[in-house]
Amino acid sequence: MAILRVEKLSKAFGTTLVLKDVSLSVDKGEILIIVGPSGSGKTTLLRCIQCLEFPDRGAIVLDGVSFGTGDGPDLRWRPDPPRVLDVKRRRVGFVFQRFNLFANLSALHNVTIGPHRVLGVPAAEARARAASLLERLGLGEHVGKLPSQLSGGQQQRVAIARALSMDPVLMLFDEPTSALDPELVDEVLQTMRELARSGMTMIVVTHELDFAREVGDRVIFMDGGRIVEAGRPAEVFSQPREERTRAFLRRLLRTGAPQLTPRDDQPPPGGETGPVIPGVDRRD
Amino acid sequence: MFDLELIIDSVPFLLRGAVYTVQVSVLAIVFGLVLGWLFGLAAVSGVAALRAVTGCYVQFIRGTPLLVQIFLIYFGLPVLGLNLPAYWCGVIALGLNSGGFQAEIVRAGIESIDRGQTEAARSIGMSRFQTLVFILVPQTIRRVIPPLTNELITLVKSSSLLSAIAALELTHAGQLIIARTFAPFEIYAAVALIYLVMVNVLSRASALLEKRVFVNY
Repeated sequence: MAILRVEKLSKAFGTTLVLKDVSLSVDKGEILIIVGPSGSGKTTLLRCIQCLEFPDRGAIVLDGVSFGTGDGPDLRWRPDPPRVLDVKRRRVGFVFQRFNLFANLSALHNVTIGPHRVLGVPAAEARARAASLLERLGLGEHVGKLPSQLSGGQQQRVAIARALSMDPVLMLFDEPTSALDPELVDEVLQTMRELARSGMTMIVVTHELDFAREVGDRVIFMDGGRIVEAGRPAEVFSQPREERTRAFLRRLLRTGAPQLTPRDDQPPPGGETGPVIPGVDRRD
Repeated sequence: MFDLELIIDSVPFLLRGAVYTVQVSVLAIVFGLVLGWLFGLAAVSGVAALRAVTGCYVQFIRGTPLLVQIFLIYFGLPVLGLNLPAYWCGVIALGLNSGGFQAEIVRAGIESIDRGQTEAARSIGMSRFQTLVFILVPQTIRRVIPPLTNELITLVKSSSLLSAIAALELTHAGQLIIARTFAPFEIYAAVALIYLVMVNVLSRASALLEKRVFVNY
């Protein structure tokens, strides 16, 4: 049962077409990974799903509720009125590449403000819930700190907690670890792993192929605003059908090699014969 | 040559003028802050009509000399049937003038906040208004303290122009003494010193506000 359907989404910035008729659907509890070179439209796709960016054409249907309308005679997509959009948006959580924690609020307050101000949860209750959420993510001792007093990894985990505080049915991650120092990547991925295990529906734009393999149920490869290839991570990563996918994976392995963690029993990636990605067992 | 005794004799009268200056300035600052934030927020509201009104207001304030604005208020209000003493004309003129400049400071301050802050707020379903009130304005306040302080200092010093409509502020008080004693240098030196003290107090208060009252983030 699809919880999100995206149909023929198109979006242009000026004369540059960044999304061309992109369609996809995500089932409840599914983890969809999006990979692709920069400028391939993957971030724009994610932003359009939450209407942080308005698409030009197409349809976005979340859990039976359509975001905006695109069925007029000219097929142009039109946003909902602001109030309606504000309400629909709450059901989707967004995790930004650069965290975007509210700089004037403590970690706790970052996680409290949504439920309290938007959902109308009483302050004390919102605080208690936020505190236990942060505790669960291992941030218990940091609740009173401002974002500027936290490491990048901690900030990103607070940002995940902030998104979760709205009790979303779908979580979107826009390269959540690419702004982090290498040694801080793991704590964020671990948090996402646990979230995936808990049954959350997630769309993750990432270059962390190990993570994608381990956690992802499905991966799509985007290039030039289109979905070029889709399939199970094991298939797409080890036997990509399209030359563009192969070329991208080769590049990623060459430049991203130090960040991958080869297992002892596997040779390091690389070699003349094409990409060999250190194998990680799928989620068990 | 330098008549110290004359200065000492003049101090009580000058201080009366200084009190007048402080009163007019404080009232004008409050008026200007209210106008500045209202118009500054209107400028980023996304409502075209509000933006246009703000644009015209700021253009007019920046494009005409304060002295002319003071005369416009002082001689214009009676034409409209409103007879206010110089004191209140001064408050209105200075407040309107300062509000125009402050609106620009507030607008620029809000626009300087990273777009990611707004996007994060909208992504958890906050309305534009909530985003403004809970996220953007608190961050803007701290950021605009230094430029606002400059603006308030300018206002205090500009209040000397009210001498042109015979408001009994510090500079005019000095001029009255000079008219009687013909000792312009001594009196203007004393007047300058009093302005210096007032402005110093203001900038110290602002530095304190910036460091102690608002957390650094």
